[in-house]
Amino acid sequence: MSTQERVAVALGGIAHKIVPQRDDALVVEIDAAAALTVMTALKDRAGFDTNVFVTAIDRYPAEPRFTVQWAFLSTTHNDRVRIQARVAVENVHVPSITSLWPGTAYSERECFDMFGILFDGHVGLRRLLMPQGYDHFPLRKEFPHQGIEPDRLYREWDRARRERSPLRSESQV
Amino acid sequence: MGSLKPADGHASETGFFVTQVDWVVNWGRKNSLWPMPLGLSCCGIELMAMIGPKFDIARFGAEAARFSPRQCDLMVVAGTLTWKMAEAARLIYDQMPDPKWVIAMGVCSSSGGMYDSYSVVQGIDMILPVDLYVPGCPPRPDAVIDAILKLQKKIEREHPFELLLGGDVVDEYDSGTKRFLRAPNHGVATTRSHEVLPPSGAGRDRT
Repeated sequence: MSTQERVAVALGGIAHKIVPQRDDALVVEIDAAAALTVMTALKDRAGFDTNVFVTAIDRYPAEPRFTVQWAFLSTTHNDRVRIQARVAVENVHVPSITSLWPGTAYSERECFDMFGILFDGHVGLRRLLMPQGYDHFPLRKEFPHQGIEPDRLYREWDRARRERSPLRSESQV
Repeated sequence: MGSLKPADGHASETGFFVTQVDWVVNWGRKNSLWPMPLGLSCCGIELMAMIGPKFDIARFGAEAARFSPRQCDLMVVAGTLTWKMAEAARLIYDQMPDPKWVIAMGVCSSSGGMYDSYSVVQGIDMILPVDLYVPGCPPRPDAVIDAILKLQKKIEREHPFELLLGGDVVDEYDSGTKRFLRAPNHGVATTRSHEVLPPSGAGRDRT
């Protein structure tokens, strides 16, 4: 049984669509709201036991703008599948799959950090790479690569530190 | 004991006793630099090679790398400093006791290097005063050893005695360019050292 047949059997009854690829990768597009159901089926019925990554693609100016993408690996069948869901920028909510794969928490945090995708059900969805309190999402298309006030948080911290304990050999910044 | 001049006074004007005290103190300081290695990326590997037996920075008295800033007086920022790490780097600098010096090792810490990016500090002089900039990606250990020798020459020109009498080290901050300018260091008359290291052997001063 091919990977595609196995996935089709596992996802029987759940709306999904095979996205044709130029290579022979298997990519399945689903509705974002159904993500948790789909992943449960893939894990329990199709043998995809490993979540490789969760990421997103900003397809601006296409609508809906984001594609959230999950990659899975079956270590028993030695094959892979990628699941995609389109998400609009006005409603960037996607179910978290940390209840199935706890290790996905980091991938989801990174995806939130870079794209602002909100994973519902994630217990600690906060920034992973950028400093806490940063206002922007660096991998969105509108973000300039030199950043928007990249030093703002540092300067705020620095000012607070100086006010807390002025050091003798400090200049007045 | 001669008259004490302000920080821009030259050694010839300050008198015999002061200059001799300065000389002895500077001699002690320059030959016993304790580096604080802040290895942030690949430059850190070159820094380890420099401290290790092949390049052997112990020949110049700076081999006692300590991982507590409170025991160090030379901060070597080796690698790419991000804005998130900048707070930690500044805290480390603040915890080092005076007198202290900073070497920006490699282009990343000198200017941001190839990371013209939202997450990278475009030169650590945006958050710290820097004494010496070492170009290279990463610089060879020889280049950093050369920087330490140049720093030793810089320390020779300092006037620690004036600090003892209530002088102060104030590093300037240019809010226009958002850069620190190294204070006329510990009483040094000349401006901050922006020395570009000459290519190995060519035109190097032997003084």
